[in-house]
Amino acid sequence: MSLAKRIIPCLDVDQGRVVKGVQFVDIRDAGDPVEVARRYDEEGADEITFLDITASHEGRDTIVHVVEEVAGQVFIPLTVGGGIREVADVRRMLNAGADKVAINTAAVFNPEFVREASNRFGSQCIVVAVDAKRVSADGEPLKWEIFTHGGRKATGIDAIEWSQKMVEYGAGEILLTSMDRDGTKQGFNLPLNKAVSEAVSVPLIASGGVGNLQHLADGVLKGGADAVLAASIFHFAEYTVGEAKAFMAQQGIEVRL
Amino acid sequence: MSTIAVIDYGMGNLRSVSKALEHVAPDLNVVVTDDVSVIRSAERIVFPGVGAMRDCMLELRNRSLVEIIKEVALDRPFLGVCLGMQLLLDYSEENEGTEGLSILPGEVKRFPKPLIDPESETQARLKIPHMGWNQVKQSDHPMWSQIEDQSRFYFVHSYYVVPDSDDEVAATSCYGFEFACALQRDNIFATQFHPEKSQHAGLQLLQNFTQWNGK
Repeated sequence: MSLAKRIIPCLDVDQGRVVKGVQFVDIRDAGDPVEVARRYDEEGADEITFLDITASHEGRDTIVHVVEEVAGQVFIPLTVGGGIREVADVRRMLNAGADKVAINTAAVFNPEFVREASNRFGSQCIVVAVDAKRVSADGEPLKWEIFTHGGRKATGIDAIEWSQKMVEYGAGEILLTSMDRDGTKQGFNLPLNKAVSEAVSVPLIASGGVGNLQHLADGVLKGGADAVLAASIFHFAEYTVGEAKAFMAQQGIEVRL
Repeated sequence: MSTIAVIDYGMGNLRSVSKALEHVAPDLNVVVTDDVSVIRSAERIVFPGVGAMRDCMLELRNRSLVEIIKEVALDRPFLGVCLGMQLLLDYSEENEGTEGLSILPGEVKRFPKPLIDPESETQARLKIPHMGWNQVKQSDHPMWSQIEDQSRFYFVHSYYVVPDSDDEVAATSCYGFEFACALQRDNIFATQFHPEKSQHAGLQLLQNFTQWNGK
């Protein structure tokens, strides 16, 4: 009997609609974030993360309405990331019904923002998203750096030191995405996950590369993750969240069934 | 129409609590308020809270809510949630020591660092905050009606309560060691976990609160 490892489906939302294709079999409108969130809730998701990828400023307001509507119907923790740049953005999301916000690029450009948001709202609602990419050559000791702009821009910042710094600044959780693995379906970058998990005192969410259920289990068993985040394996109805949990339980992982 | 007042002191996500209450009791009037007269006339009180203890106490004083909370905590069904439970005690270690409302005798401590998992052969370190779904071992209380013992609820906290008397423990959970995760005395019930974020079990607890007579 102990704390369960969490499974977190992630939805990319553009102008209020789920994108990257969600193909549930018996759902009326797979582009409606409210319907998709309800489905994941019914399947036993432990939390849901929305990533707002809306590029235009005008389109940004729609994510607030999405969160409001989901929060009125789905009673599990909700995280919103994407475009969180100032304290007013954090307040808006929390008021809409989000429990946590994920801060990514803004933290790199202005680390004090993380401290400010954490002091104001509590570290429990501040997730810092860390996008890391391997920069060491084969044969060299492993080294990862922070990348911004969807993995296109290098920053020269060491991923492990950065994660520790973000915790000092008040991050209550680290959402770690391997840019090398994201979208590959080859599984999490386990050495990266393990290195960050052991370096920080707060929970670690592993993200990027999940292609099957063994990958989720490995994230916990070998990568030291406290939670695992995945998008496509759930969206395309390859597996339900319930199946993922049953699989993890068989491997001896404590889950909420 | 019977009213539930959710006390608003500018801290945390009150919308979640009020939405969940509206969901389980559509016939009740749920108001989020810092108006003393509205709080005084409500049949039931919910006292939520997230954030830092000192900021919360400061906001309660700034809004002149301390006296009314002590008043309504004496005589009607009263539910504290998360920091809304910790604030009920005498003292917290948070922010180099903060006085609480002294409604329930006891104190609030920080999880020790490092926190070692006693079940781990490798002496694994547990992460703080304690975040996620953990099992809750119930004591006998009407608020647990129709909720299976050892159900999982959603937690997120770095501090835990230590009441002076074990009689006031309404439930325990385990994270490195066993700690009180719900307290009760007379008309007061309080939880460390977030029922409004704990899906079926949490909604049932909130529904039980809307029907509980405080005895």
